[in-house]
Amino acid sequence: MSVLTLTIDEHPVSAKPDETLLDIAHQNDIDIPTLCHLDGLIDVGACRLCLVEIEGSPKLMPACTTRPQEGMVVRTNTDRLKKYRKMIIELLASEGNHQCAVCVVNNHCELQNLAYAVGLVYVRFPYLYPKKTLDATQESYIIDRDRCVLCTRCVRVCSEVEGAHVWDVAGRGISCEIVADMNQMWGDSDACTSCGKCVMVCPTGALIKKGANVAEMEKETDFLKYIVTARQKQEWVGEYLKEH
Amino acid sequence: MSNTITIEPVSRIEGHAKITIHLDSKNSVKTARFHVNEFRGFEKFCEGRLMWEMPGITSRICGICPASHLIASAKAGDEILAIAIPETAENLRRILTLAQWIQSHALSFFHLSSPDFLLGFDSDPAKRNVFGLMEDHRDLVRRGIRLRKFGQEVIEILGGRRIHTPWAVAGGVREPLDTGNRDSMLGWIPEAKETTRIALTLFKEVLDKYQQDIVSFGSFRSLFVGLVSDKGDLEYYHGSLRVMDGLGNVIADKLDARRYFDYFAERAESWSFLKFPYYKKLGFQRGAYRVGPLARVNICDQISTPLAEAERVQFKEMTGEAGAQNNSFYYHYARLIELLFAVEEMERLLNDPVTLGRTTRSKALINRSEGVGAAEAPRGILFHHYTVDENGVLQKVNLLIATAQNNSAMNRTVTQIATQFIDDAKLTEGILNRIEAGIRCFDPCLSCSTHALGAMPLHVQLVSEEGIILDEVKR
Repeated sequence: MSVLTLTIDEHPVSAKPDETLLDIAHQNDIDIPTLCHLDGLIDVGACRLCLVEIEGSPKLMPACTTRPQEGMVVRTNTDRLKKYRKMIIELLASEGNHQCAVCVVNNHCELQNLAYAVGLVYVRFPYLYPKKTLDATQESYIIDRDRCVLCTRCVRVCSEVEGAHVWDVAGRGISCEIVADMNQMWGDSDACTSCGKCVMVCPTGALIKKGANVAEMEKETDFLKYIVTARQKQEWVGEYLKEH
Repeated sequence: MSNTITIEPVSRIEGHAKITIHLDSKNSVKTARFHVNEFRGFEKFCEGRLMWEMPGITSRICGICPASHLIASAKAGDEILAIAIPETAENLRRILTLAQWIQSHALSFFHLSSPDFLLGFDSDPAKRNVFGLMEDHRDLVRRGIRLRKFGQEVIEILGGRRIHTPWAVAGGVREPLDTGNRDSMLGWIPEAKETTRIALTLFKEVLDKYQQDIVSFGSFRSLFVGLVSDKGDLEYYHGSLRVMDGLGNVIADKLDARRYFDYFAERAESWSFLKFPYYKKLGFQRGAYRVGPLARVNICDQISTPLAEAERVQFKEMTGEAGAQNNSFYYHYARLIELLFAVEEMERLLNDPVTLGRTTRSKALINRSEGVGAAEAPRGILFHHYTVDENGVLQKVNLLIATAQNNSAMNRTVTQIATQFIDDAKLTEGILNRIEAGIRCFDPCLSCSTHALGAMPLHVQLVSEEGIILDEVKR
């Protein structure tokens, strides 16, 4: 495979054509904030936090879904990008019902950490206080749509890794929300295996364990790397099946 | 082009509490009303939330007594899970409750109320606060501040933070206590005892001095309600409800606190956001009752710790034949007795090996659709009542707060003070001070959360029979 050379934030770097700009940046210790991205899941470029500037292009591009090109000049941390990232967090905050102080994942929340990272001290936009639903019908877990940022990590992990595809996105625009099966109560879903992967990959307190109290829940996403690596190496497949 | 900055609503002004004094055609006081014009809405916006989150959410009701809400809420959660919590968890919750009493009672006595009676009701209002007090009583103030610090530190050691810790949960508490932290709590006990005893001695001297003043400080017969243990001891965590009348007769005993709604009802008045609870059996007028330190010390047969019991006996002697102390000024006295009890009782619990146990949490899913948690908060008995669906989602929330239960009594106190001191349809500084001090006897939550410097943003109106405002004072 050919190797490409490009520049990220004035650093000359090399990359393979099938990598993303986000992969390349991380390999070179260049930090780009992300929210919908998670190692092990297919990127969809939903949250727009990883937008980068590419010289010669008038558009900003999401680093998680953009492939490198020879001679590309990429900037990841300009004033314009910082402004937009902060605005994205503000918009996420204003269009959900995020009450950190009494949230189950307070102090362990990716959205909260991002808000700290971009220096968010207040939100310029009016809060919409949307009427969202909470579904506690599943035996072990709860979905509280008040805290959902529509990153679709749950949709992807359930479909791509667990293979159950319980979760999907319904509605359009501001009315989008995550639904179970064909918009049923979670507890009624026959497809759900209660594996809890969606809960663990959720970056906020939207998907939580039943019985968790304020600030008590920490998400653990490492399991995903093990599963995905094992699958790539076919570690669970018998020798006979590998050969045939 | 000009810029306009609008600040709306303006907070921390007279909006917190308003008093109207209504006069009759001869300009004598007919009635006085203590209006609370803050609206919080916790009962409504908690609907649809999860039962497990409630200790964390409801502790945010108050910045002074969050631990009491935490405990009442966790107890309501225990009921919904239908489980018994580990004995270590109960001891730890008890210690937290006592720490809450200590920090809140110390705040009420040393920071908020003592400037009134140590400097005098007619002293310069600019100096009548904890800073003014420091000039003359430096050691006492320092001790008071340290006593409150002790309570706060115990809460911090247990819960990880001083205010709004979500440490108690349905089923127990999150973390056990280790020996090192236990020892550091025990280290405070001698000083805390000493401070409380100094305050008690001082207060008893003051009591003699102000006998003239305090006759109108909410001195009337009412019911008293609170928890007592099976043996009739002063109780703060479990136990059952006792109702005593103003003559000292126990008119109801061993009532299950979880069935409080069978015994007490609330009435709303259009002029205040604070409701008026009453004892159902006697109706709205006769069923008005007082809760908190005065009620607790009145209703109990004894206190289980020796020093506090000795003080209670003295307190009872002062009460004389009446059987129950009906003067609300004695709330301060009862509060100090409770402080002493809290320190002694905490020492006992800290020395109990069970307290250092490692099992602190029982787990279960939803087993009941309804749960009531009752606990004695510093200001009186507190009830949290939740109704949930089969998944633990709240359908109904009712919170009966101590300050609300003293509402009728506070109104009567203001009326009484106004009647004694207003005679020419004029409000003076002295009257305002006495009204404030009268309300402070009850240590209502609305004053302590915002007015730690002693300058209660009070708004008093004198209203004629025709509804015309004759005089008005704002602070």
